[in-house]
Amino acid sequence: MAVAEAPAEESVQPAAPRSGVAIRARGLTKKYGDFTAVDKLDLAVNHGEIYGLLGPNGAGKTTTILMLLGLSEPTAGTARVLDVDPARNPTGVKRQVGYLPDNVGFYSGMTGRQNLRYTARLNRIPKDVAEPRIDSLLSRVGIADAGDKKVDTYSRGMRQRLGLADVLVKEPSIIILDEPTTAIDPTGVEEVLALVRQLADEGAAILLASHLLHQVQQVCDRVGIFVSGKLVASGTTDKLAAQAGAGPISIEIVAAPPLEVVRQAALKVSGVTKVEPDTRDKHMLVVTANRDVRADLARALVEAGHPPYHLRRRGDELDEIYRRYFVANDTAGAMYDRTG
Amino acid sequence: MTGQADAVPAARRRKRKNLRAQGPDAPRPQKAAAADATDSGPRYRAGWRIIAAKEFADHVGSWRFAILTIVLALAGAAAVYTTAGAIKDLAPNASGNESIFLLLFAPGQSINNVPPFTSFITFLGPLLGIAFGFDAINGERSEATLPRLLAQPIYRDDVVNGKFVAGLSAIALILATVMFVVSALGVIQLGIWPGAQDVLRLLVWFILTVAYIGFWLAFALLCSVALRRAATSAMLALGLWLVLSVFFGLIVGVLANFLSPVAPDATNQSPDTIANLQMQVNLSRLSPNELYTEATSIMLNPRLRTVTPGLVTNDQATGTIPGLLSLEQSMLVIWPQFVTIIAGTMIAFGVAYVAFMRQEVRA
Repeated sequence: MAVAEAPAEESVQPAAPRSGVAIRARGLTKKYGDFTAVDKLDLAVNHGEIYGLLGPNGAGKTTTILMLLGLSEPTAGTARVLDVDPARNPTGVKRQVGYLPDNVGFYSGMTGRQNLRYTARLNRIPKDVAEPRIDSLLSRVGIADAGDKKVDTYSRGMRQRLGLADVLVKEPSIIILDEPTTAIDPTGVEEVLALVRQLADEGAAILLASHLLHQVQQVCDRVGIFVSGKLVASGTTDKLAAQAGAGPISIEIVAAPPLEVVRQAALKVSGVTKVEPDTRDKHMLVVTANRDVRADLARALVEAGHPPYHLRRRGDELDEIYRRYFVANDTAGAMYDRTG
Repeated sequence: MTGQADAVPAARRRKRKNLRAQGPDAPRPQKAAAADATDSGPRYRAGWRIIAAKEFADHVGSWRFAILTIVLALAGAAAVYTTAGAIKDLAPNASGNESIFLLLFAPGQSINNVPPFTSFITFLGPLLGIAFGFDAINGERSEATLPRLLAQPIYRDDVVNGKFVAGLSAIALILATVMFVVSALGVIQLGIWPGAQDVLRLLVWFILTVAYIGFWLAFALLCSVALRRAATSAMLALGLWLVLSVFFGLIVGVLANFLSPVAPDATNQSPDTIANLQMQVNLSRLSPNELYTEATSIMLNPRLRTVTPGLVTNDQATGTIPGLLSLEQSMLVIWPQFVTIIAGTMIAFGVAYVAFMRQEVRA
């Protein structure tokens, strides 16, 4: 890998659109004593792609990111970021990678613009290049008016936006975002995700770590479900949903009471194996069937005089996966995920 | 993925670049650090310099800088003003015309209950070091700026090196300012200009003082690496400062009497007493404050020939002719103190450096 040490001036060049694998991890492992934070992780992120590393709090997402940046040394396994080994040449990696840490912080006594200037200096971006770039970035993330205010007057959402601008100052070809949508209001989340999508379309490889699955899955090209240091599933959202949907399916129903009549009506539909009240919502029934019986079920309920107000297949939008992996491991995280 | 096919030219491009890099002046991979600093064109500044520049600007614009400068300048001015007023009475202590100016800084005694300028520096200097170091690293942690900073293309030690250099520069700036103020006041009061020897001695003393305060800066930096909270870190550093500058004499006296007791019937000349004194001197030299005081006394008073006049016996003193030491001779006397202070600073910084390098980025 020694030959891959990139010459320093590469950092000043604008990132050319690239393609192929940008980040690759093979058997990446990190142990703290007996505790295994990341367990034999295999991962590949391509240019122009958003990869969502989704998992509950404490799953090892941040540890993985720190290893990819060379800020933490792997116990075993290898990582390659643009063919550079972050454990051996961290600065070579950090020239090319923009990293937005979880809960990003800024020097509160300095203005947003001054903070970005410092980042530009640390990346050895000449002043005449940096100034116009900072201007355009501040307006791109929507805080152009606040650029000359001190950061301690910023709201958390504004800090998060400033964090995105900070990541983009070096024009990275790889962007790693750790929980980019926490602490932003819903419209802000939409804007930030749209910006992330734009960056990927411009050719950047984006690794997006988050526990807010519902929020981020819509922009991710592929997702990996990361629980307790292990990547338990990986692929496009459709593929994962299909995987989860194979076998018996679950359907939620809310219909005009009494529930017992509804239950009997549902059980008569062919293919339905089980009908039970939902564990959380006492007005809801969960139908288990060995095929997609939604149309038949609806018809049967209407005919029985109990039209459904709500009829939804679980397993859409990865719901089943979330339930399977998240609720078991991190109830609090999943609850937050729903309300947020 | 469609990327597979496109990846080939990219790989080839990279390979070509590598071939070019393997020319005679290609940097060896192990020398990546040096390559960053020097081989990549004039615009490529070393990371620690960028950090030091930012930190220094922060320090100079900060309240603590202004307050410390004013406090030290006022204390210094008061000391020198009082000394200058009493200079006629002190003149017999001065050795020839040459060192009258140095007397302003180190009259060797308190005048009208105002301690000499050097005592102020010995006592307050550590505060300077602590003020610019106690929140260096844990401040970055509590503001959550450390991960962002370390994700930039710099080496991890650039952070701790840059901060140390910035702190030392701020300290040197304050000290130089105060010395200029005090010297100017002295010139006005006395109407004499310092001689070349005086200036040289003050210069050496300046370097010595920066090294001494540097020890406290390095210690405070260590506290800021080891302790998560800035308040705890400041308390620990201030605690050591209080112990060493206020209580250390008492502790040394008790320890020395325990380790090397003096018989009740001992006289000033008996071996017990001398052994006890020797023990006291040795123990007190564990403190950088004591080493600095000794070095200061020699450096600013060319008449002194030993740092321990109390241990000179009558036999040794008999027949000595009073005279002035040259700068070189004075430096020879305090060389051990000088080297020890610098070594202490380097050890404290070294421990802070290693501790920081081994720390996890995340709290």
